[in-house]
Amino acid sequence: MKYAFYPGCVSRGGCPELYPAAKLICQRLGIELEEMPAAACCGAGVMQEKNQLFGDTLNARTMAMAEKKGLGLMTICSTCQGVMAQANHRMKSDSAYLEKINSNLAEEGLHYSGGVQPKHLLWILIEDYGLDKLMPLVTKPLRGLRLAPFYGCYIVRPTEALGIEEHPERQTSLETLIAALGATVIDFEGKTRCCGFPILTINEKNSMAMVGKHTSEAKDLGADAMVTPCPLCHLNLDGYQPKAASQAHRPIGLPILHLPQIIGLAMGISPKELGLQRHIVNTKPLLVKLGAGG
Amino acid sequence: MDLTVRVKRFNPEAEPRQPYWQDFPISIDENATVLDTLIHIREMVDGTLSLRCSCRSAICGSCAMRINGHAGLACKTKASDAMDKDGMIKVEPAGNMPVVKDLVVNLDLFWRKIVQVEPFLKPQGPEPEAEYVVPNEAMMHLSGVTACIMCGACVSDCTVLEVDPNFLGPAALAKAYRFTADPRDGDGEGVSRERLRKLSDYGGMWDCTRCGECVQACPKGVAPMDRIMALREQAIKAGFDNNNGARHTEAFTESVGHSGSLNELQLPVKTVGITNIPALLGFLPVGLRALTHGKLPPLVHKNIANVEFVRKLHHKLEEHQPEK
Repeated sequence: MKYAFYPGCVSRGGCPELYPAAKLICQRLGIELEEMPAAACCGAGVMQEKNQLFGDTLNARTMAMAEKKGLGLMTICSTCQGVMAQANHRMKSDSAYLEKINSNLAEEGLHYSGGVQPKHLLWILIEDYGLDKLMPLVTKPLRGLRLAPFYGCYIVRPTEALGIEEHPERQTSLETLIAALGATVIDFEGKTRCCGFPILTINEKNSMAMVGKHTSEAKDLGADAMVTPCPLCHLNLDGYQPKAASQAHRPIGLPILHLPQIIGLAMGISPKELGLQRHIVNTKPLLVKLGAGG
Repeated sequence: MDLTVRVKRFNPEAEPRQPYWQDFPISIDENATVLDTLIHIREMVDGTLSLRCSCRSAICGSCAMRINGHAGLACKTKASDAMDKDGMIKVEPAGNMPVVKDLVVNLDLFWRKIVQVEPFLKPQGPEPEAEYVVPNEAMMHLSGVTACIMCGACVSDCTVLEVDPNFLGPAALAKAYRFTADPRDGDGEGVSRERLRKLSDYGGMWDCTRCGECVQACPKGVAPMDRIMALREQAIKAGFDNNNGARHTEAFTESVGHSGSLNELQLPVKTVGITNIPALLGFLPVGLRALTHGKLPPLVHKNIANVEFVRKLHHKLEEHQPEK
């Protein structure tokens, strides 16, 4: 099993623990990854506000690179996943648009047919890899751990671009995986809402209100931690949780885990190798509960 | 078919004076809509159930409510599609608006915001000598926005309104776009400068998080969030870029256009403005925390391989953008 790997900017930038954790678990799972050092940023929906054509062209370029390798494309970020899926959706529904984009890619010797389906690791594990193959590798099930899922907007909406109709199981994929790893799912209203990160530097008060609302809700329902497939959500929910707690005038203290980290823990990989010591919200109480040590 | 409709009820004038869930097990035709089930309950089971509805054909926009947690029109949702495996449909009033009774919400704030964006043409250019001829494409493009039936589904599910009622919100911003994108509105070139200036203020277009809830909720395909993104593009082109939102998207594009990837250290600095000392000092605690946890992005930002192709694309595609 082999994929062209698109780690995105944040997994090597603001969340430097994510990239090595994802590579490590893929290695243990036997998923081969081929990186694309010439792939550019997806634009995170931000660039698309100013120049959608430029954003879509860069994403077509990345998908053309995967296509040239004859490989599927793996993402580890909800935002990358959604932005690329939306670009794909626009190109597929407008052949003239795709042609225009291809004319810009020709100089680099690239051509995109429109046929690549970018897939988040979360979907790959359930749809391509299979939980039946994953289960035997779960040597340290996360029994007793109460985990709240937090998807990140781009991996759940708009459903039209994300193939949700053909794959309704994607809507509960995070819960499915949490349960498969032996943990208890803490379902809560905020799981598919916005973390507030996109407006962090534009309207910080609103952004912090969102962090405070979702983390408090999960915490009050008894969650030991939150799990997210989106490093951008992680930046806000983890990095800014102290600030959100002070704005909300209450303690929160809810560790936010990256998806590959919970898989790694369940496979018996040490917390240190998974970068849990790099989180802003202390993960030690969680690891003590799990009996995995600090 | 047999199903249970679980309705969130509330009557401010009767006990318990708090919202509560009530289950109505009913038997109804296979083709019934969620609205049919509610009308059935009102007429056959409990006449005190309050809801709004009129056309029953997804035209009037009266019956927007949350069905299984997400906003939509009750008349456009088939009960058999909405039922879960136990035959249950959960219905509650639209969100982000005060509940009057049961499924009826108060839309005053919704309308005030529509009024706030002045939903009528305001031509400021020279008066045409005869009738104003609008290109077909412009009207075709606008028809996607004029399809709005003002049901409030987008407002119900907006994640920003949930924490800040001052936000203009998706319905009003999409309505504003209906005029900024109309060639008859604004100056001689059809640029609605005054509108774009006002909409760039706090609580306007830049406060949207791009969460996509409104796109998902809209029963008419208006895609309010996409219109908000188009407003941002218009505002930047019209020169209203002296705010954090515009600087954020410009710095982001510049960083990717130059290096192929995002310079995460530079972005917040350029967003608030490099001379904005108080805001920069505000980043210090977070920056220090990141530094001590080994989470600070690399200090030296690296270019991707073959960056020259990305630079060329950036140059070419940014040049295609009309001048401010």
